Amino acid sequence: MSAQTGPIRPAGRADAIHLETDKPVTLTGARGLLQDEKLIFELGGWDKTGVDLPEPELDASDLGDLVRAEPIGLPGLSEPEAMRHYVRLSQKNHAIDLALYPLGSCTMKHNPRLNERLARLAGFADIHPLQPISTVQGALELMDELSYWLTTLTGMPAVALSPKAGAHGELCGLLAIRAAHEARGDARRRVLVPTSAHGTNPATAAQVGYLVEEIAQTPEGHVDLADLARKLGPDVAAVMVTNPNTCGLFETEVVEIARLTHEAGAYFYCDGANFNAIVGRVRPGDLGVDAMHINLHKTFSTPHGGGGPGAGPVVLSEALAPFAPLPWVVHRDGALDLREHEERSGEDGRPQAFGRMCAFHGQMGMFVRAYAYMLSHGADGLRQVSGDAVLNANYLKSRLQDVMSPAFQGYCMHEALFDDRWLADTGVSTLDFAKAMIDEGFHPMTMYFPLVVHGAMLIEPTETEPKGELDRFVVAVRALAEAAKAGDVERFKGAPFHAPLRRLDETAAARKPKLRWTA
Amino acid sequence: MRYLPLSDQDRSDMLAVIGAPSVDALFEAVPSDVHLDQPVDLPFHQGELQVERALGRLAAKNVAAGSVPFFCGAGAYRHHVPASVDHLIQRSEFLTSYTPYQPEIAQGTLQAVYEFQTQVAALTGMEVANASMYDGSTAAAEAVLMAARITRRSKAILSPGLHPHYAETIYTLAHNAGVKTDPLPLAVDNEAAVLSHLDADTACVVVQTPNLFGTATDVSKIAEAVHAAGALLIVVTTETVSFGLLKSPGAMGADIVAAEGQSIGNGLNYGGPYVGLFATRDKYVRQMPGRVCGETTDVAGERGFVLTLSTREQHIRRDKATSNICTNSGLCALAFTIHMSLLGEVGLRRLALLNHQQARRLKDAMSAVPGVEVLTKRFFNEIAVRLPIAAAPLVDALAAKGVIAGVPVSRLAPKAGMDDVLLLAATETTTDDDIAALAAALKEALA
Repeated sequence: MSAQTGPIRPAGRADAIHLETDKPVTLTGARGLLQDEKLIFELGGWDKTGVDLPEPELDASDLGDLVRAEPIGLPGLSEPEAMRHYVRLSQKNHAIDLALYPLGSCTMKHNPRLNERLARLAGFADIHPLQPISTVQGALELMDELSYWLTTLTGMPAVALSPKAGAHGELCGLLAIRAAHEARGDARRRVLVPTSAHGTNPATAAQVGYLVEEIAQTPEGHVDLADLARKLGPDVAAVMVTNPNTCGLFETEVVEIARLTHEAGAYFYCDGANFNAIVGRVRPGDLGVDAMHINLHKTFSTPHGGGGPGAGPVVLSEALAPFAPLPWVVHRDGALDLREHEERSGEDGRPQAFGRMCAFHGQMGMFVRAYAYMLSHGADGLRQVSGDAVLNANYLKSRLQDVMSPAFQGYCMHEALFDDRWLADTGVSTLDFAKAMIDEGFHPMTMYFPLVVHGAMLIEPTETEPKGELDRFVVAVRALAEAAKAGDVERFKGAPFHAPLRRLDETAAARKPKLRWTA
Repeated sequence: MRYLPLSDQDRSDMLAVIGAPSVDALFEAVPSDVHLDQPVDLPFHQGELQVERALGRLAAKNVAAGSVPFFCGAGAYRHHVPASVDHLIQRSEFLTSYTPYQPEIAQGTLQAVYEFQTQVAALTGMEVANASMYDGSTAAAEAVLMAARITRRSKAILSPGLHPHYAETIYTLAHNAGVKTDPLPLAVDNEAAVLSHLDADTACVVVQTPNLFGTATDVSKIAEAVHAAGALLIVVTTETVSFGLLKSPGAMGADIVAAEGQSIGNGLNYGGPYVGLFATRDKYVRQMPGRVCGETTDVAGERGFVLTLSTREQHIRRDKATSNICTNSGLCALAFTIHMSLLGEVGLRRLALLNHQQARRLKDAMSAVPGVEVLTKRFFNEIAVRLPIAAAPLVDALAAKGVIAGVPVSRLAPKAGMDDVLLLAATETTTDDDIAALAAALKEALA
């Protein structure tokens, strides 16, 4: 195999893109298989419905003036029209089932279809969150089993399942931390967060009423221990660290970070967004972590669905477990039960549980999928998951590092971070490069994040990419890199040329927001 | 392992390119004393058939709502979802795509979100809606924080008919953010009680309609009083189908609407994932939490859609963001949009009327059961009844006989002194036979 496979077509040919744009504009706006599709509000079915319902026999006269007088403004579509409309729309999306989706820190991996089938079993999909406990024993058993797997994999004693996404899990963790401090009468004001953190970390800390202070990063991409030690103090409630961090590096000094944090009387919150890099190999409980959310939609592959739903269970240490939010599953008299109300109280007489994250019990549909994923992989497979994820990322890094500039030297974990030094003097920005990748059939990597690296490009292939797809990606990126360096700037500035739409004007969208269709 | 494509040959070829001796060597940054040298103590991998059996066994231990006469509501409702909805949301391009950060290759998701926002704005009678929240309860909590930001005040009054889980979720989020909550004691029909609690520190009043007990209220008068006090009115609705029959919150003067959208397009799923609807007035849009999609054009002048107003959001504003929310309920919102597109106005109105019709029949049947008193006067598809005995043990006993007879209030609020009150919902999936079966079972149990 050759690490230097050539570009698919000659790079730097100034006429190459012009050949493409010389295609005549179509008369209808369609482009071959790609249809130009209007909004449902423009398709005009104001008196149409695609659902056959019986004629009601009673009216709503008993409701008097509570009845809506004004029209709603909802068009309808027959079933064939609805199928066409949404299938046409779907064809304008990139998807992990179509090609590599290397969004760093977002973890776009294969979504097993078995999990979809199982989540739709009537025994899971068609049960109500408040039907009698005796009729949902299988659901509670699944939640109990999922909890066992999560606590075993993380080496933590407890888990709160109810948070509905990663950021919601962060909120849960910080609320537990705040409750633990308050139970000791120890109100603390500050939360320390590294500059490389996801935006949700500082946003969450602020939402819980804390002041956020940034911790500096070393030139090697790690938490600056000296800066951390300097900023720790009796008013620090928590230190939030992502590990592996958003630079794709394991925090080598994580045990020391935890020790310093605990020494200051603070709790150590770990952002588990990147747990997929270490699952089956490292238990956060062994690192001194007090709370960590697990994005089931990342590590355990529940589908991202164009922006959700997610699920963000939070594992908790012995110190924080008593403050976990309601509800949780308990064993009682040989059966399973749900504890939905706080019966305990702390020394000050206040309830121990800090409250409730949401109505009902969490993202059951996601629990089913994640548990099926865990059973399918098993302890051996999950260890292979993290191994292959890290191997794939390092392979891409090795094959791209001579044409791009890695932000840090040495092995990376599950994602490889590059800066934009290699684009200096080309006239091509990180954004331009990303848009040109679209033309080559790939979703761009994460851009301009983390903020600690100039023009950041964060590439995460995940373990579900075959080597052939990685090689195809390498060929495309190398060809583009050579084109950029050869002065083929138009290929980038105008990109994308081959996507359903050309580059969109995001500034105009924000300046004069048009957020719904109007006649 | 069927989901891992690398062969051993691939791995060794790749390690050769990297120049590493082994996969384990790539983890050199992990201190050796915390790097496990063996798999954790859990079962090893299993084939599809084995996993299907294991989960099938668990599913079979649950009683599916569709298999028995079923009357649970209280924030989650069993409706019929057309087969085409579930088919469409399982298309790879929708199911396996990410948040639309690259709009040129995410127009499918973005256009559907734009349709969703327009539908939600229309249903709620508001001017603008976001791309969805996690669920109705978290949407309500975010609405309270938003109202506090807008008014710079710090008290939220929660109406007597607000779902207790919603009240607890609001309390949890709000009190830690410095907003006090003033929850009123549960009552079947006493929404106006919020008025006597209004003061100069009140940021918002949260009123649910139809409320926990099914009571539908015209909140127009409450809206006037709330506005006169310089506060905002947040209307909560847990049954979205009701928008097809009842006056919209916007028409009654709501400033923010936080609703649970599960009823349209989404199954019960034991409580999640659901989809939170969040709508407000144009003038408050920059204080709104969550993602929002807007219209724009590409460089060639073609219409397209992008995520916009992101300067409110955590990935730009960090600790100054309007909310920490990132992931929302994208796929559930898509299911909502497709189902709503199939229904259209004609279908939704008819669906709503059918729900109301079955609830009226349920009410009549309950009124005829000796000892049962119907408490809810004006309702959409849900009623509360008072029983001569405690509701929870009765519901358990009827479950053993194959009738799932609704939600005891004590399940949600054990200290409310409403142990004898039972919440019953009917939808288009409730048959006249189901209602007769419930009435017969109650008569027998209460005889």
